This record gives sequence, structure tokens and C-alpha cells, in this order.
Amino acid sequence: MVNLTIDHQAVCVPEGTTVIEAAKQAGIPIPRLCYLKGINEIGACRVCVVEVEGKDKLIISCNNKVEEGMVIYTNSRKVRMNRKNTIELILSQHDCHCATCVRSGNCALQEIANDLNILEIPYKMEIEKLPWNKEFPLIRNAAKCIKCMRCIQICDKVQGLHVWDLTGTGSRTTVNVSLNRKIEEADCSLCGQCITHCPTGALRVRDDTEKAWNAIEDKNKITVVQIAPAVRTAWGEVLGMKREHATVGKMVDALKRMGFDYVFDSVFSADLTIMEEGAEFVERFRKGETRNHPMFTSCCPGWIRFIKSQYPHLVPYLSTAKSPQQMFGAVMKSYFAEKIGVKPENIVTVSVMPCVAKKGESKMELYFEEYGGHDVDLVLTTRELDRMIRSAHIKVDTLVEKECDQIMHDGTGAGVIFGTTGGVMEAALRSAHYLITGKNPDPDAFEQVRGMEAGKQGWIEAVVPIADAQVKVAVVSGLGNTRQLLEALEAGKVHYDFVEVMACPGGCVGGGGQPIHNEENLTNERRENLYFLDRNYAIRFSHENPDVLRLYSDYMERPNSHKAHLLLHTDHKAWEMPRAPKNR
Amino acid sequence: MSRLEISTPNKAQVVVEGLYKDLERRIEASPPGLCPVDMSRAFLVLCHAQTCGKCVPCRVGLGQLNNMLTDVLDGNATMDTIELIEETAFAIMHSADCAIGYEAASMVYKGVIGFREDYEVHIREGRCTCTYNQPVPCTSLCPAEVDIPGYIALVREGRYQDAIRLIRKDNPFPTTCGFICEHPCEARCRRNMVDDSINIRGLKRLAADLAGKVPPPPCAPSTGKRVAVVGGGPCGLSAAYYMQLMGHQVTVFEMLPQLGGMLRYGIPNYRLPKDRLEEDIEAILETGVEVKYGLRIGSDITIQRLREEYDAVLIAIGASTDKKLGIPNDDAEGIISAVHFLRTIGMGETVDLTGQETIIIGGGNVSMDAARTAIRMGAKKVSIVYRRRIVDMTALPSEIEGAIAEGVEVQVLKAPMRIEVDETGHVSGLWVQPQMVSTIRDGRASIKPTKEKDILIPCNSIIVAIGQDIEYHHFEEAGVSVARGRIHAENYGGFDNIPGVFAGGDCATGPATVIMAISQAKVVAANIDEYLGFHHEISCDVVIPKASLADRTPCGRVNMTEREACERVKDFEGCEYGMSEQEGKQEASRCLRCDHFGYGVFKGGRETIW
Repeated sequence: MVNLTIDHQAVCVPEGTTVIEAAKQAGIPIPRLCYLKGINEIGACRVCVVEVEGKDKLIISCNNKVEEGMVIYTNSRKVRMNRKNTIELILSQHDCHCATCVRSGNCALQEIANDLNILEIPYKMEIEKLPWNKEFPLIRNAAKCIKCMRCIQICDKVQGLHVWDLTGTGSRTTVNVSLNRKIEEADCSLCGQCITHCPTGALRVRDDTEKAWNAIEDKNKITVVQIAPAVRTAWGEVLGMKREHATVGKMVDALKRMGFDYVFDSVFSADLTIMEEGAEFVERFRKGETRNHPMFTSCCPGWIRFIKSQYPHLVPYLSTAKSPQQMFGAVMKSYFAEKIGVKPENIVTVSVMPCVAKKGESKMELYFEEYGGHDVDLVLTTRELDRMIRSAHIKVDTLVEKECDQIMHDGTGAGVIFGTTGGVMEAALRSAHYLITGKNPDPDAFEQVRGMEAGKQGWIEAVVPIADAQVKVAVVSGLGNTRQLLEALEAGKVHYDFVEVMACPGGCVGGGGQPIHNEENLTNERRENLYFLDRNYAIRFSHENPDVLRLYSDYMERPNSHKAHLLLHTDHKAWEMPRAPKNR
Repeated sequence: MSRLEISTPNKAQVVVEGLYKDLERRIEASPPGLCPVDMSRAFLVLCHAQTCGKCVPCRVGLGQLNNMLTDVLDGNATMDTIELIEETAFAIMHSADCAIGYEAASMVYKGVIGFREDYEVHIREGRCTCTYNQPVPCTSLCPAEVDIPGYIALVREGRYQDAIRLIRKDNPFPTTCGFICEHPCEARCRRNMVDDSINIRGLKRLAADLAGKVPPPPCAPSTGKRVAVVGGGPCGLSAAYYMQLMGHQVTVFEMLPQLGGMLRYGIPNYRLPKDRLEEDIEAILETGVEVKYGLRIGSDITIQRLREEYDAVLIAIGASTDKKLGIPNDDAEGIISAVHFLRTIGMGETVDLTGQETIIIGGGNVSMDAARTAIRMGAKKVSIVYRRRIVDMTALPSEIEGAIAEGVEVQVLKAPMRIEVDETGHVSGLWVQPQMVSTIRDGRASIKPTKEKDILIPCNSIIVAIGQDIEYHHFEEAGVSVARGRIHAENYGGFDNIPGVFAGGDCATGPATVIMAISQAKVVAANIDEYLGFHHEISCDVVIPKASLADRTPCGRVNMTEREACERVKDFEGCEYGMSEQEGKQEASRCLRCDHFGYGVFKGGRETIW
């Protein structure tokens, strides 16, 4: 243990603790901007400076470690003046039009500038301008970038894709897509982790809310919304709602009040996905096809972009099932359109997703009978939903529980856990067990595939006995971990029958479209929420979802039928993804 | 009334003079990889500040050039801007009255021609293709990429054994390099920006002096693969060391009675004491390397045989044949090559030069070694004869100074023309043609004859040190690619047409430094491992001390001292005194820890595995 004094307070912390963490333990939050514990401890912003007694030069607290007997001042005049000066310098290169910034009120720079009472910038403003394709789901505004390097580090260290890098040198050094590529030419998975870790509004998702309002206004269009499982765990966070109050029912109410015609819960299509993907897995497993290569899940579009760019030769081992979002869109424009007697071209399908990659995925084409278009027309992130609620000036305490609309109303506990890492696997195993043995297992029988504690290996593995078969499964989230898993598979070090992959760490609850809390990570709380909901569902098996069963009996016949293949499955090779650069 | 006045510089001038010095040191420490257009612009701003203001091209033109370069950098330029930059710079070069103007314009002009592509990318794509890619200057510039800040920090804490272990991860010759490395690592040391570069070699030597015997790390489990290494010099032995650690069984074929190659048979004992060289060799052999002595490739063993008997073959025979002078009588009695001369001494024999006048031809390090050795062999007078000037010599300045201190005469601007022999056919003198320095060509001052008469320098012996070649005929016959007198391996160290055969060290690069040979050994060791179907990693588990947060108060660099010249010429004992522990701690604490402060903490600061 190391003893030191911080702001006249005696502190005792383990050796190797950084000054910033030692101060935190003493209840002193040292102001910082670029710091991201364990990921970005590079002292780029110089905001976390502190004064060490006996030393002339200030030191930064985020990557320097405590020493015995140190006397530290985090708020001396010297520190305060220096910190303020640094912020003024950062502001001189930052587009400070906060009123029109998507991160206003949730911006680390804005907060610190306010905290330090900076009312004027004494320097000449020098705003960087770099062109960007505003049609792309991921948008970078150089004018707001403070070069904290978090995006580079997240993409390098957590997602292992190296999409971002510093370019140029000297005063013109800036962050841009690596290897002199344009973003649309890069092998970006669109996981959006760079966005949720950006302290300012420099990185954001393309805003499609105006398109949603226009669709609502269009008298010739019927708007049909679906809400992804993970959205319910997070949408209330920035609206001042407690997690237990921010229910999916209140979201339905909000969406209806905004004027959407029909609102559904993607838990329904998650169950539908299990029917298709589960049946597909059981078939592949029984045929022995998984003896050499596992079947990979296909519900995460970030993962699909990853495998197509990094391991294109493994694409044939993906399940052909569409993601729940796309399945629901297809069902809305076929089965549902028929039921309500509206032509599919007059339906606008909208989905609310915790995800950035879904915006890319929705470009996937749907051709069915005379219809040619998209499964899903418009994807809104959780953050965009929140902004629509605010711009519709809906007071959240007036929201009431509303049911989803009928014929695709029902959901199960198995479908709701799709929003977390391990959830798709667990839901699939519950139904696979039934498909193979004809009997339901205990719904909590597969708890071993839950949990974030992936350990050193970076993923969870389990051998699941079903009847007389041993099914070897693996669950992984985060693309850096995913690469490790695939490398181990490729090297023959491990073998699995079924592998679930989610691009974002922790799965969709930690998705790139979820509310942003600067340094705070709420993934675990959101996951707990989903497991709570699972336990409280009346039905916990996808194959028992009454509305799903009716969809089959009325329309799709059976899982993996010809019609199901036309509507619910996809050809992963139908579109091109930029390949990973060589010799990375 | 006084008619004249003694001028004294005012305070501002004095400060500016100091700033000039600061800038000089800063430029010396300038990292590679910076945007060339931005650097051009920055230099131009300095040049423009130097203008006296009298003449239009310099006063106005340099400013306009700056505007245009700024436009290029800011994305406000078109391709026409480049044309105008070129035309303007060209015009100023031809119209400015003094060097302040025309040389400034010339710098811009050289750039606009030399890196036009970079100008164009700025305009076309609005970005620079350059990135800052050498975050820790010393490690980046060390060919073997030794973790220099790491071992300096260990030396600072007195953890000398750990320092040796850490160095050996990338360089199995820590002691040798502590004595004789040419230390390219020091060239752009960021400490230059404060006061002076760190004495990195000196700190390495201190670690070697104080560490005692440090055993090598354990070898990986045996792979059952056998590798033949031809040549027991720094490249061959380093590769053998790493391949043993990877679990392969290496056999080194050495034609001479002992290992070390040029380290033993080229570098004199007074620079690298052989008992110290043994420390490195012992540790290398401790990994289990087998050695077969007295076998010469081509005559005693063949590549073909080795390929049959071993899973892979590394050629690391060095460059040990002499170059001929190519002037009349160059084969006369009394003329020997420096390589031969030094090797003879290295084998413990003597070449008695007592009372002789000896001439050394050449201006490289080998020439200095030969000259200083000749002094120790009793020569009455030793003269180095060189065509150019002292500043043009390729030898390290410290080696030249050492030679001069020991009484070596340096005769410059004299081109050897022919050799005078006596009636017995023995050399009796060297005819040289007087030269004068002339124009700069390719960045180097050229020479031309003064048209004075040739001069005869009388002598009894001549030692030729004008470079070395390799013996490549056997390799050529075996199908190994040979180009320009060197073995021509691909950049992975192997040959596309003969799988399993690799080459490295001087025989592949031409005569170079020890650390270059070691860096090549790393490359070939890794690639032979891959070739054999393995992916072994070399790492080191030494924990590196955290960076000190102490203020960086300017402090002078500790330079090593030497034995008195009049004493050291009497024997072959080491010349240089190592640093004291006290000096070492101070010197180590000068290190700025670029692995922790600056870009190094963000990217590329430390590669712990290769």
C-alpha cells in the first residue's frame, strides 16, 4: 500500500494505482476529458493535471502512479489556471455552437467549460473543416473533435478494427479514417463504440428523425414501428426515468402519441428468429455439418460486416436467418400488410434500435411477389427515440402502459434476452432442446452461457447435453474478442457447434445507438433488467409464442419452409463489404 | 569625444544567440515522418524572419511563398498553386541579392520538386500521407529495436542483471555493444531538446560491467528441427541464440579457431577486450548451440550438403576478403590488407613493425583500427593517407581523435597513385597525387587534383583498408543469388528459389555495423522459425520501472574517459574507462522516458514480443 496526501487528505491505496484513481477513492473527481480507464490513459488533453509538492512541472493524474509520501494538490491556483487555459485552448479549436449539437447537455467538454466558468475564449477561433459523407450512418464532424484519441483506442484495443488513426503531423495532426481511406471504403463494422465513447459531438450517428416525422405526416403511408429488446433497458436513462418505470409499454404510448400507426415489439421477431435459426441449427447439427465449422448466429449486423470484411471465407457458416429487425420488416410488409389490407409499398417500417449497424443493414433489399423495396425503411437509435420524445414535448411522467398492437403482439422471455450477449444462444438452446427431445428444459438450465465474465480467453464456452448429444457452444461479444475466437477456431485450437457473436461489448444493451454516459458503463444494469424481464414473462420459450405459431399456421407453414426462406432468410453474399486492408 | 566604440551585444541578442543553439539541438532531435510541406513552410518562416528587407524577392517573395504553402496545407490551393510556388521559388533563387533570399527559395524549390507528390495529395485529398510513426526515437533508430528507455530505467534503479536480460530480448551482445556499438540510437535523442543526448552506449556498458554473469532464459521445448549456421560472427551467433531459445538445435560452422568473427578478428582488443566478448559468447553457447570449428564453406562443407543434413541453413559468413588498391605494384612485398593484419593480431600472433614507417590507406573505422594497432606493433611512424579531408572520413570522430592522440599522422587530400618498390621488390614508398576540395556533389564535397607534382611518401609497409568483399563463388555455384559482390537475399532474409536457405549480416548487406548484423539475425531467426512451421515468440518478463515524475533540470551528459594515450599505446588493454555507478545513475536519470511521456504512451511505445 502507498500512503499519500491529496488535497490535505490522507489517502492509502494499493501500489500501482494512478493518481486519478487514488483521488477518486478519496472522493475527489479530478476533471478530465480524454481519460478512459484501462483504454485511454495517455494524457492527451492535459486537463487532469495536478500539482505535486516539490515539483515545478505539473503532472497528469491519469497515467502517473502514486508514490509514497506524495503531496498532491488537485485544485491549487497553479492547477486551476493551467486547467482553465487548457480548456480555453481546446475550445479555440472546437465548434462551440452547442445549441445545434446532438450532444448538448451530454458533452464532457461543455460540462467542464461550464464548471470552470469559462465565459469567453481569449484565443482566435480555428475550426477544422473536413468533408464527410453525411449519408453514411456514422458521421464525423472534425470541427468538434478534440483529439482525445478515444475513438482510435476503442477501435484498436476493444474492437480490433483499426478504423481510426491520426493523420497528418504537427499542428495539422487530426483524427481520420486510417490508411487514407474514406469511411465508406473502410472495413468499419458500424458498431458505433467510437460514438458512445466520444466525449463531444464529433462522432454521431446519422439523424433520421426528420424522415420519421415526415412518414408520420404522410397521409398515404401507414407507419409500423418495432422496438428492439435492448431499447427498453436504456431509453429512460436520459429522460430522468427510473429503470423500473421506463417500460416498453410506456414507449408504446410515446410512439402512439407521436402518431405512429402501429407499434410492435421486436421480441416477437426474436422468437421468430429462434424458430428459423434454431431449426436451421438443429438440421445442420444433425447432418454433422457443424463437425468442422460451427454455425454462427446472424442477428448482429456489426458482426456480419466484420465477418464479411475480415473472414470472408467463413461467411458460408453464418446462419442464413435474417436478423430479427429484418424478419419483422419482411413480415410487416407481407403477412401484416395482407391482414390489414394495405399494399406493402404504402407501409413505412420503422425500427427503434440500440444500434448503428442496423442503419446500414436496413439498406438490404426485399423482393417479394410484386414488391421491391426494403424490409425496414427507417432505423432510429435509442438516442433518436429519446430526442423525438423530447421534441414532441411529451412529459414522461404522463406516459402510461400501452399494449403492442395485435396479431404480432406476443413475446417471450427467450426473445427479450436477445438484447444481451448470451441471450440469443440461451433462447436458441431452450428451443433446440425442445426440438430435439420434444420436451421443454428448465428455462434457466443454460445459465452458463450468460454473464460478462468471459475471462482471459475473451469468450464463454459450454458443452450442453441435449438428449444423447453434446452441443459445444461459444458466446462472444466485442470484435476484438471475436477475432481471438475466430483465430482459435481457424488454428484448430477450439471447436464449437454453435457460436453466438455480438459486435458490441456486452451485446445490444451496450450498443452504439444507446444513450451515452461519458465514462460510465451501464451495460450490466441493462443486462440485469433483461434477465429480470425474462423471469417475469408468462412464456419463456420462443416455440410457445402464440402469435409466432399463428404466423406459421396462417402464413409461413413451418420454419425453413419455402416461403420462410423467401421472407425470413437472406443471402449474405448479396452485397459487398469493403475488405480488411492487407498486411494490417 | 571618442572616435570608436567597443560594441557589446545587448541582452536580447544574447538571448537570441541562446535560442539559436536551442533550435540547432531541436533540429538534431527532429523525429522522422513529419509532413514535408509543413516542415518546408516552417523553415521558410524562419528564413523570412532573417531577411534584412532591402530586396523585393526576399522581403515580399518569401512571404508570398509562405502564403501559398499555407494554402496547400489548409486545403485552399489548386494544382496551379504548385506551379506558382515552383515559379516563384525559381525566380527568387535567381533574383535575390544574397544567400538569405536565394537559399531560402532554394529550400522551397527542392521540396516542390523532391516531394511534389505530397503537395499534390494535400491538394487532392486535403490530408497529408505522413504519420508520426517513430514515437520513441532511440528504439526506432536502433536497427535491433532494443528497448532502450526500459534498460536505462533499470540501470537507474541499479537492476543491472535485469537490464542485460531486457537487452538480450533484442540483442544477445550487450557487453560487446556496450563497448563498440556505433549507437545510432543517440542520433535523435529527444534529450537533445533540453541539453544533450543520453550516453546510451555508456549506460549499456555500465550494465554489462556491473551485472556479473547473467544466464540466458530457458529454451522452448525442443522442436526436433536442426539449423546450420555458416559463420560464427555477430549475425550467425545472434540468430543461433534466438533459434535455440525457440527450441531448434543450431550448429554453427566456423572456419577460424574461435567464435566472434569480426568482433574477435577485426576489432582490436583495446577497443573490445576479448575477455568481455567472451561474456556474450558464453551466454549464447549456454543455450546449447553446437559449434564446429575449422570448416570453410565451399571447400570443407557445401551448401548442398548442409541443405540435405539440416532443416534450414543460414549463411552469415561476413565480409572478410580484402579489396585491392588497383594501382601499379599493389601486390608488392610489404603490402597487406587491414583485414589480414588485424586477423593475425586477433589470433594472438604478432606482426613486427618495430622501427618501420607504415602507411594506412583509407578513412574508415578499419583504417583507424589498423593504424592504432600498427602503433602498438612498434611502428616508428604511422600515417593514414586519405584522398579527402578528415571531415569526409567515414570513421567515427572519436576513433579519428583516438588515432591522432596516439601519434598517428593523418595525411589528407592525397590520392594514392602507385607504389614505389626497392630492388628486392619490397615496398619503399607511396606516390600520392595532391588533391584540393571542390564542389559539393550528392551532398558530399568532391575533390580534384591540384595539378602539383606527385609526392613520394617513403615507407616500409602499407596496410590497405579500403573496404571488404565476400567470397561468393561457392554460393553463386550453389544457386544463391549474388549481386554487386553480395549475397542478395529477399527482404525476409531468404531466397525464393532455394527454400530453407537464408542469409544475413555483412555478407548480405556489405560491411556494416554489429547492431545491423544483430537486427538481421532477428529477422532471419523469426523467418526460419516460420519456415520450420512454428510461431515462437521472444519476450522478456522483466518489469520496467515506472517513469520518474521529477522535473527535467538541464544537466550535462556524462562522457566516458580514456587511458592516457602515451600509456595505452604500450599494450592492447582496453582504452576506455566505463562510467562509475554514480555517473550512470545521473546519466540514466536524464532519460526523458519517451516510452511514457509523449506519443510513446499512446502508440508504438513498446513492443514486448517479437
